Amino acid sequence: MHKLDSLYNPRGGGPSASRLGVFLALAILALPSLAQADQLSSGDTAWMLTATALVLFMTIPGLSLFYGGLVRAKNVLSVLMQCFALTGLVTILWIVYGYSLAFDTTGMEAGVTNLHSFVGGLGKAFARGISVESLSGTIPESVFVTFQLTFAIITPALIAGAFAERMKFSAMLLFMTIWFTLVYAPVCHMAWSGPGAFFWDLGVLDFAGGTVVHINAGIAGLVAALVIGKRQGYPKTLIPPHSLTLTVVGASMLWVGWFGFNAGSAVAADGAAGMAMLVTQVATASAALSWMFVEWVKHGKPSVLGIVTGAVGGLVAITPASGSVGPMGAIAIGVIAGILCFWGATSLKKKMGYDDSLDAFGVHGIGGIVGAILTGIFCAEALGGQGFGDGHSSIGGQLVAQLIAVIFTIVYCGVLSFIILKIVDAIIGLRVSEEEENQGLDISLHDEQGYGM
Amino acid sequence: MKLLKCIVRPNALEDVKDALSSLGLVGMTVSEVKGFGRQKGHKELYRGAEYNIDFTPKLEIEVVVNEELAEKAVAAVREAAQTGSIGDGKIFMLPVEEVVRIRTGETGEAAI
Repeated sequence: MHKLDSLYNPRGGGPSASRLGVFLALAILALPSLAQADQLSSGDTAWMLTATALVLFMTIPGLSLFYGGLVRAKNVLSVLMQCFALTGLVTILWIVYGYSLAFDTTGMEAGVTNLHSFVGGLGKAFARGISVESLSGTIPESVFVTFQLTFAIITPALIAGAFAERMKFSAMLLFMTIWFTLVYAPVCHMAWSGPGAFFWDLGVLDFAGGTVVHINAGIAGLVAALVIGKRQGYPKTLIPPHSLTLTVVGASMLWVGWFGFNAGSAVAADGAAGMAMLVTQVATASAALSWMFVEWVKHGKPSVLGIVTGAVGGLVAITPASGSVGPMGAIAIGVIAGILCFWGATSLKKKMGYDDSLDAFGVHGIGGIVGAILTGIFCAEALGGQGFGDGHSSIGGQLVAQLIAVIFTIVYCGVLSFIILKIVDAIIGLRVSEEEENQGLDISLHDEQGYGM
Repeated sequence: MKLLKCIVRPNALEDVKDALSSLGLVGMTVSEVKGFGRQKGHKELYRGAEYNIDFTPKLEIEVVVNEELAEKAVAAVREAAQTGSIGDGKIFMLPVEEVVRIRTGETGEAAI
């Protein structure tokens, strides 16, 4: 059990000493590594610098192109702009107070639930105390800050897919600023800040962000799609993607960048990172194929948009599991995620009638929930996994912890997102005018066109 | 003088151009257009959302010819663009009142 607190959640700077011992297995060998706890590892640092760049690459240009290709030509720039502007906005918020709210461990105590189980203090606001020398585990804290920042960037950018082609840019910026502050930072803190944090103490397994990134983004997206309403003409008018070529390029970049996301979440260049990379590859391949075959059977042809969407669904689902399952578990998670995301983005959306433009909920919400729950099953050593989270010794117990984290995130994020959207709507209005929507957001909001002819 | 507006399959362009050139015609204008007649459109499917695309891409070739060449040109286009399947297109022949070459100011058949 000792090994597991570092396995399921190696992100906290403090207890990382035990991580070095994990794969050595022998307690004797673990001792010298304890002595090195606060020494910089150039190997770990080199990998984390690389992983950080890979995760930023997921948002710009990966997700931007994935989303950009899916909208109509008159809105392509508006989507690229949202992703780019969020990259800038979240970076500043992260340095000013976001990192502190997410990772300041002041007042936290293992097993004790208090305010700081849910949100960090302001001890690290304005990057206080982060110098060239400061370390987070075996890597410079500056690298840890930047690595975590790239996760904070992609999460709001994912939400943007749900309200694409109709939201005011100013309203988007205000909504995201408040949402980042009240939803992202606290949920990130609950999952990853270390002993004393809400999810951490429950022994929840969320290696790389099933709750923090994907369920959060998916639920916020669903609520946003419901609050802001359908695009004009949806679902009767044709709203086909304007360039699936861009979408395939973007999805491919996401797949590659995701190695930084998942293998980087080991916060070390070690066996955990290696296994995270392998299971990420395997689950993604499985989900791509399972979506493709399901669609082939159901609609008669395998589609390009289908196979790449399935791949993204697989990437999402393996995210929380990537530190806990083995390659065979990854195949199961991928296959199930591909099928259920297909159902989410097609049947469920049609049945419920909401207009989640680019399926932020159908892929990230559903994939995130499926992944978080299946992590609780396939982490079992009997199923080839790496073992249960702290305090758990059975699939049943682990599943309960996973479900608590999932349901808490859904409710917390859902309620807060709804309130924030209503507030922003009251202040500046969420939606562009009918005329602006018809004209396309590129011209009406930015005075530019994606394709000058 | 006559104006021929020929709506043809996109891949018929080279054959039509060669056929008209072999009659001695030295100019034409080509536009990408979409439309439908008897040929049905096609289906597109994106994440389970099915769209029926009624308008099929075609090319419109416009060429102005002398009276005596008009019938020959129509026959040449028809022969070059015909596959025998639905969707081969149409040829419209319209009278032309005047033609002016902008550079020199020539008019009538000399300007074609």
